[in-house]
Amino acid sequence: MRLWVRGGRVLDAATGLDAQLDVLIEDGRVARLSAPGPYGSASDEVVDARGCWVVPGLVDLCVHCGQPGHERRETLAEMVQAACWGGVTTLVIMPDTEPPVDSPAMVEQLHALAGRDGRVQVHVAAALTRGRQGQELAGMGGLARAGAVAFTDDDRPVMDSALMRHAMAYAAQLQRPVLGGGLDPGLSRGGLVREGAVSFRLGLPGIPAEAESVLAARDLELARLTGCTLHLARVSTLRTLELLAEARRRGLPVSASVSAHHLLLTWEALEGYDPSAKLWPPLGSPEDREGLRRALAEGLVDCVVSDHRALAPEEVQGDLASCPFGAAGLQTLAACVLGEMVHEGALEPLQAVRAVTWAPARLLGLPAGTLQEGARADVVVFDPARRWVVEPTTWPAGGRNSPLAGRPMRGQVVATIAGGRLVMRDGQLCG
Amino acid sequence: MGNGMQSNEDPAAGAGRGWGKDLLGLRGVGREAILQVLHQAQAMLPLATEKRRRWEPLRGRVVVNLFYEPSTRTRISFELAARALGADVVNVTTAQSSVVKGESLVDTARTLQALGADLVVLRHPASGAPHRVAQAVRVGVVNAGDGTNEHPTQGLLDLFTIWQLKGRLEGVRVVLVGDILHSRVARSNLWGLSAVGAQVGFCGPATLLPRPQDVPGVRFFSRLEDALEWADVVNMLRLQRERQVHGYLPALGEYRQRFGLTAQRLRRLRPDVLVMHPGPANVGVEIDEEVLADPRSAISRQVSFGVAVRMAVLSLWCGQGELSR
Repeated sequence: MRLWVRGGRVLDAATGLDAQLDVLIEDGRVARLSAPGPYGSASDEVVDARGCWVVPGLVDLCVHCGQPGHERRETLAEMVQAACWGGVTTLVIMPDTEPPVDSPAMVEQLHALAGRDGRVQVHVAAALTRGRQGQELAGMGGLARAGAVAFTDDDRPVMDSALMRHAMAYAAQLQRPVLGGGLDPGLSRGGLVREGAVSFRLGLPGIPAEAESVLAARDLELARLTGCTLHLARVSTLRTLELLAEARRRGLPVSASVSAHHLLLTWEALEGYDPSAKLWPPLGSPEDREGLRRALAEGLVDCVVSDHRALAPEEVQGDLASCPFGAAGLQTLAACVLGEMVHEGALEPLQAVRAVTWAPARLLGLPAGTLQEGARADVVVFDPARRWVVEPTTWPAGGRNSPLAGRPMRGQVVATIAGGRLVMRDGQLCG
Repeated sequence: MGNGMQSNEDPAAGAGRGWGKDLLGLRGVGREAILQVLHQAQAMLPLATEKRRRWEPLRGRVVVNLFYEPSTRTRISFELAARALGADVVNVTTAQSSVVKGESLVDTARTLQALGADLVVLRHPASGAPHRVAQAVRVGVVNAGDGTNEHPTQGLLDLFTIWQLKGRLEGVRVVLVGDILHSRVARSNLWGLSAVGAQVGFCGPATLLPRPQDVPGVRFFSRLEDALEWADVVNMLRLQRERQVHGYLPALGEYRQRFGLTAQRLRRLRPDVLVMHPGPANVGVEIDEEVLADPRSAISRQVSFGVAVRMAVLSLWCGQGELSR
């Protein structure tokens, strides 16, 4: 079957392409990009993309999966549906499942769950240490062989610096990046929000910005020592950006991501004590947000992630202290980056597209993020002018704990094509 | 959400807001709204101590004290205030309720609403817990202390005490001494005092103070002597003993030496300085026994003013409006 995406503005950061083109999809691949015209036969399926952007399916390097261990939050199938709804067609699951992803069997189980059914490409980042306990190395060689695309203990940084050194040296040999950084457990102990004017004002225990930069500094030093490719996941402070810039100047193989929520929100979102605004790392000051936007535009920060973490309704019903960290973000990643960031003038359209497609795909060597002929047909039709309000209760699937609930947004995904199949159209899941 | 208590604005900057259905905190509340409560409390003063009730504006109303933390004086103070106004009072403490059976805070509040509560007085160890409850129920919520955030009726009674004993609030210099960082009393005092034009100082060990840039408009003192020199009112906060265990302080004895209102410091204190303490006091840590008996101490009057202030709050928040005289 042939599928045409007609009349849209095709943006591909891999090639710098920005032109009005029709996209022909055949056998799950991008078959041809051609000048708009009345090609094809009556039996072809057509997606009308007039007035819209046609971009590669989004690539999200940081997603937390509720399965196994927290199926009440979100099953893997529901996560995939949330991704389809939000235009994310390639994603990387963090190893913080229960049990954690520290064995080849777990990687294989997650791959099997994802089914490799032609919808969303699900990749797995594996733990650095056994049980994410920070005591001894996980079987990294076997994990890499099973298909783990990166190594990280996620939000539990390895605090034994010698062990972290060994893990990074080992990962370098396996040619897998380490997702490092995070928050120092001592400095962040008991904290719920970023320390500062707002934490004092709200009477909430704070986490100083330095909880992030001390670990970023250590991991950057260890990257220098080991030659490991280091990715600082979800950076959130100005000081971390300075450290990153210095490491880049020295030519170290380091990269960084920022969460979409940190690009849009500041610690002011905690006013009203909304549990969905309790993020890890915590939301920062307006200056941090400006710095993150600037760093992304300048290329110091490479990509944007959703840092999606679905929580069950009862987990976000009460007070801030008793609710876990994290928020659902797969559904709003595209609107945040391709929509809001461009409308606010923080990013040019191609920069925005790069930050959620080609840049993250290249960082982990994933076969995604471009619309070149022959590429896997992961395509998103995005209407940059469409205005909508974030109403998680109306989402067809996945976690609904969004700190953007009630917020008007500019720009929305109107169709998602994954592996050549139309999986979402006008907000309805299909295929 | 119509509680009128949440705002991004600088509380000291503008007129601030009035009251809504809930009393969640003093932050963002305006001068007029605060003075309204203080005047109402003054009218309540003779009624608070009276054994035979003449005026029962809350007859038939149900006030529920929902306490997730142990408390003696605040709970009894609210209970006496509610009874003095003729309300029915139900006390729920977590040890004897379905909270131990796993019912969530918001569900408990909804249950109380369904059972006919007119006002829920809530104490909770988590900052913002009353705000979350107030968003979920129609019934009014009065914050009786939430985590390290606010204790608005304590703030109001501290303001009332200063107003009664100093004769004014505007321009009065009030220094709060001790663990400012973890003190809900300090925050409610700061917001309330700022709204009525008093000056606020903080004094305490660096580990228990916010950073000055995070609290503009407040004067910071490293030495208690300097603070006592500056202040018209000194409010000695209770030091939680676990602060030492968690590494904020080297030793309680050292704390007393640097930040305690000792008998020795009392002797050098100006005769017109007012000494306050929200209680319960760690006698021999932040305050010496001699201070309690000193004429400059308002500590026992604070407790009795507390009932009048809570009567004012309950009468206003149960929709009874001003006392008709």
